[in-house]
Amino acid sequence: MNEISKVVVVFRPERLNIFKAALKEAGILGMTVTAVEGCGLQGGRIEHYRGSEILVDLLPKTKVELIVPSEDVQKIIDIVKKVLKTGKMGDGKIFVSDVKQVIRISNESEGLDALDLNYNK
Amino acid sequence: MDYVSMLTPENAYMFNSLWVMVASILVFFMQAGFASMEAGFARSKNGCNIWLKNLCDFLIGAMVYYFIGFGIMYGNDFHGIIGINGFFNPLDQNLAIWDGMMLDPKIFLLYQTMFCATTATIISGVVAERFKFNSYLIVSCVMTAFIYPVVGHWIWGGGWLATLGFSDFAGSTVVHTVGAIAGLVGAIMVGPRIGKYVNGKSVAIPGHNIPMGMLGAMILWLGWYGFNPGSELALDNVTFYTTITTTIAACFGGLAGLFTSWIRYKKPDPTLAANGALAGLVGICTGVASVSYMGSAIIGTITGVAVVFSLTILDQKFHVDDVVGAVSLHGGSGILGTILAGFLSVDEGLLYGNGASYLIAQIIGVLAVVAFCVVTTFILFSVLKKTMGIRVSEEEELKGLDLEEHGMEAYPIDV
Repeated sequence: MNEISKVVVVFRPERLNIFKAALKEAGILGMTVTAVEGCGLQGGRIEHYRGSEILVDLLPKTKVELIVPSEDVQKIIDIVKKVLKTGKMGDGKIFVSDVKQVIRISNESEGLDALDLNYNK
Repeated sequence: MDYVSMLTPENAYMFNSLWVMVASILVFFMQAGFASMEAGFARSKNGCNIWLKNLCDFLIGAMVYYFIGFGIMYGNDFHGIIGINGFFNPLDQNLAIWDGMMLDPKIFLLYQTMFCATTATIISGVVAERFKFNSYLIVSCVMTAFIYPVVGHWIWGGGWLATLGFSDFAGSTVVHTVGAIAGLVGAIMVGPRIGKYVNGKSVAIPGHNIPMGMLGAMILWLGWYGFNPGSELALDNVTFYTTITTTIAACFGGLAGLFTSWIRYKKPDPTLAANGALAGLVGICTGVASVSYMGSAIIGTITGVAVVFSLTILDQKFHVDDVVGAVSLHGGSGILGTILAGFLSVDEGLLYGNGASYLIAQIIGVLAVVAFCVVTTFILFSVLKKTMGIRVSEEEELKGLDLEEHGMEAYPIDV
């Protein structure tokens, strides 16, 4: 088992503030956020753009990438289930993978020392 | 040399018509200013919708005003309340206002149409991101067919407020206050955006394109050089004078907004500086021809400072979700500017030893117009709310009006 994991969460954009607040409260501070478009099982619908048909199947989502100690992955998954789940199609997905190395550029620290964590509230 | 008085009537007629025609075109471009500002200060998922609402304000407003509103505003007067002719083909009818008009009637109609459209388009910014498109078209219709023209009749069409001594040269009350009150009532009745007020606190929802918003503000300023000087409806010394008072008010307003935001929030805020300049422009409309240069500086400063405070108070204290701050900008500054003219008008104002009758008339006018607008827009929004509904569904609001109401995105990923 690798000691550092990457958790990618793709979810509904309107939940970003709630998600960030919940992560912060759990002591997880570092993240990278991107605006993305994506699809899963949804078929999309036909719209029209100046007379031509266009299949709108990619919907705007927000992607958050978190690099955390592997023991915190379950904590994040629990938070996601609590604040991001509506039960309807379009809620998004979580992807977990291993991370080989993390380096903080400013002081060249490596590994767990380089992660942005704060459990002392 | 007084070149103005040396003009023959024929030449004056042509100069007046030419200038007001150009002024009409400048005011028309304010539609683009409003659209850019609103879209820039709202989220990207609603960009298409905001632009279409602003476009439609003109498409509908201009035609409805031609067929109905113009007659109500400038038709032959009935007891100082409303015009009773000039409908469907005002240019072909024998209206009293055409007698002795010193510019081409078509240009007069064109100019008034632009003003009407400006009033209607103020509302879209206030209620952006959650107001139903089809209901909004009806709001636009009623504003331009009835609500704006009635107020316009009272003040510019020979109605009771004009008789009372109330004056509003370029429309701080007629245009800006009317639009702002309609927006305020609409915002209250449609409710705040989802996620705007959480745990009793106001959540910031930043605009997606501040440069576009700033460009919009500057386009509005440009249009104001048609809005104020054009309201003289002639090319003469008053016209030239108003270009300077307009500029002074805008600059002092912008500086006031800039420094107020700098002091209050520790950093100079470009959007508040822009809002300050626009506040000065809104405020100076009433007295642009009657106050001194110093007076326009004072009006600009007061409205510029006030708009910064008003924005936060309306949002944080009263929890009215006004997406672009139009109620504070157009309503707050409009009312302030109208009343300040009561103090600062050189020929009629209180501070120049003219007594208080003009000031009192200004105050009465503001109260009457605000009351009329509150009542009529409340009825309008209530009827719409109970029939068609005025708010989009939660899913539509979250996904964005561009995708849900128009089937497209403002910034799609390239294919």
